[in-house]
Amino acid sequence: MTHDLHTQSLTQLAGGLGRGDFSSVELTEALLGRIESHKQTLNAFVTITAEKALESASRADAARAAGDAGVLNGLPLVHKDIFCTRDVLTTCGSRMLENFVSPYDATVVRRLGEAGAVVLGKANMDEFAMGSSNETSYFGPVRNPWNLECSPGGSSGGSAAAVAARLSPAATGTDTGGSIRQPAALTGTVGLKPTYGRVSRYGMVAFASSLDQAGVITRSSEDAALLLGVMAGFDERDSTCIDHPVPDYVGALSESLQGLRVGIVRQHFDEGLDERCAAAVRESLAVLESQGAILSEVDLPNLDLSVPTYYVVAPAECSSNLSRFDGVRFGHRAEDPEDLYDLYCRSRGEGFGAEVKRRIMTGTYVLSAGYYDAYYLKAQQVRHLIADDFHKAFASVDVIAGPTAPTPAFKLGDKIDDPITMYLNDIYTIGANLAGLPGISTPCGFVDGLPVGLHLVGPHWGEEAILRCAHNYEQLSSWHQACPEEFA
Amino acid sequence: MSLDKDQVQHIAVLARLRLDEDEVAETVEKLSRIVDFVDQLSQAATNDVVPMAHPLNESQRLRMDDVTEGSERDAIQKNAPVVKNGLYLVPKVIE
Repeated sequence: MTHDLHTQSLTQLAGGLGRGDFSSVELTEALLGRIESHKQTLNAFVTITAEKALESASRADAARAAGDAGVLNGLPLVHKDIFCTRDVLTTCGSRMLENFVSPYDATVVRRLGEAGAVVLGKANMDEFAMGSSNETSYFGPVRNPWNLECSPGGSSGGSAAAVAARLSPAATGTDTGGSIRQPAALTGTVGLKPTYGRVSRYGMVAFASSLDQAGVITRSSEDAALLLGVMAGFDERDSTCIDHPVPDYVGALSESLQGLRVGIVRQHFDEGLDERCAAAVRESLAVLESQGAILSEVDLPNLDLSVPTYYVVAPAECSSNLSRFDGVRFGHRAEDPEDLYDLYCRSRGEGFGAEVKRRIMTGTYVLSAGYYDAYYLKAQQVRHLIADDFHKAFASVDVIAGPTAPTPAFKLGDKIDDPITMYLNDIYTIGANLAGLPGISTPCGFVDGLPVGLHLVGPHWGEEAILRCAHNYEQLSSWHQACPEEFA
Repeated sequence: MSLDKDQVQHIAVLARLRLDEDEVAETVEKLSRIVDFVDQLSQAATNDVVPMAHPLNESQRLRMDDVTEGSERDAIQKNAPVVKNGLYLVPKVIE
């Protein structure tokens, strides 16, 4: 039977394909049908690669028949449109790259493809991953499957909406300040951001190179572990990718929580956090405790400074990274330039949206003569203090737990005119990026029919601990299985 | 407003961004708020704190200076707005 394939997790689908219950072509056709019928409602996709998907699916079926099936053979997924995909449009949600067809595959795309994954399409996102609501996309906002008037979060909003609406069992994402974990929390999905340097950034359009990391959005931690095992590992082509052994992430899930030391950050529950979200998170912590986890309080004294630190460091790196868009080699070019200066200024002025321009200018300002020490150097110093706070905390705990986002999903249009309110959405997630730590968000309840996320952060290379913790929690709860009615 | 119109115009020049008139006004307001917001960093005591450039305190890895990629000029230039005989065309810069 293939009528309920969209409801199954990646791991369940792998089992079904292995047993021959259905083929990858049948599965791919079923999901492409759903993607097509919800295209207008959600706006989760920039590009749907139906033809290529069916070709890959049929190759995967042939490979399986020949006894040559990779770990992800025939399993469908979606790539955030920030990952370069050979011969397929890669827009990064921007007019600047509206017509950019990548001549090569990102390492993440290549590795997942070599393991047999079938790419259904490219997910909508905030322009150049700059945004927390998906409203900065040149291709229009994505809608939250739980309430179509709400934002799915961002920047990986299309990835999160596609997974939450059962259009795809999994999607890739990227996380610079919370761009995987916050949309996962707001859509009731699981979002994993690995340790900085764990996954190659080659072919991933750069935003802030000392913070960006690739990860996944799935419907269970088990599925996230499965995909991470394929994506992780050293890559010559990314000079920031670290040569560190890749453990058996799926194997690590089966361990219990007995004796796991979970730190709770006092400041996380201060003002700013919706009380009902706080209650859902506290209940989930009690579940962890009932399974043998040992809860204790930890202190992150410089946490308040993480958002301002981020909004110096990230824009500074973005202004430098985005200087490559010059209207000459690729990307948007203005018509009839008067001279080279006019070509640069108008190509960039027309190609970038308002938020991207604001970040480039913030970055240009904090790096400019006379301001460098007061802003950029200062932020790098405070970044050190924040990272040290985490390292001190991890001397006494294995995992730090708390809320992923301060509120459930907000209405589209509510925060877009106020950059600071929008930026504060990432208050609980940004610290992990500044310190390079792995983090995961898993669903832990609902407020007004909208999902709430539990956020778990581990020490460097601590993916196994946070995945194990989230997986154990998912075994005792059913929040991650909840599906928005309209998409059941 | 911590930034004025002239400062914003100057930043836009440095960043090579053309802003429309109404964009300038909006940018003055929003950029000022962002600058005010990040100004709270000045409160932090950071004497003798080493600036952190890499989250894992690793240094940049080097590789041998070997040729590893072939020429894919034609494939790469398919994305270029204007090319001629394998060259990128720009407005005349030398009279």
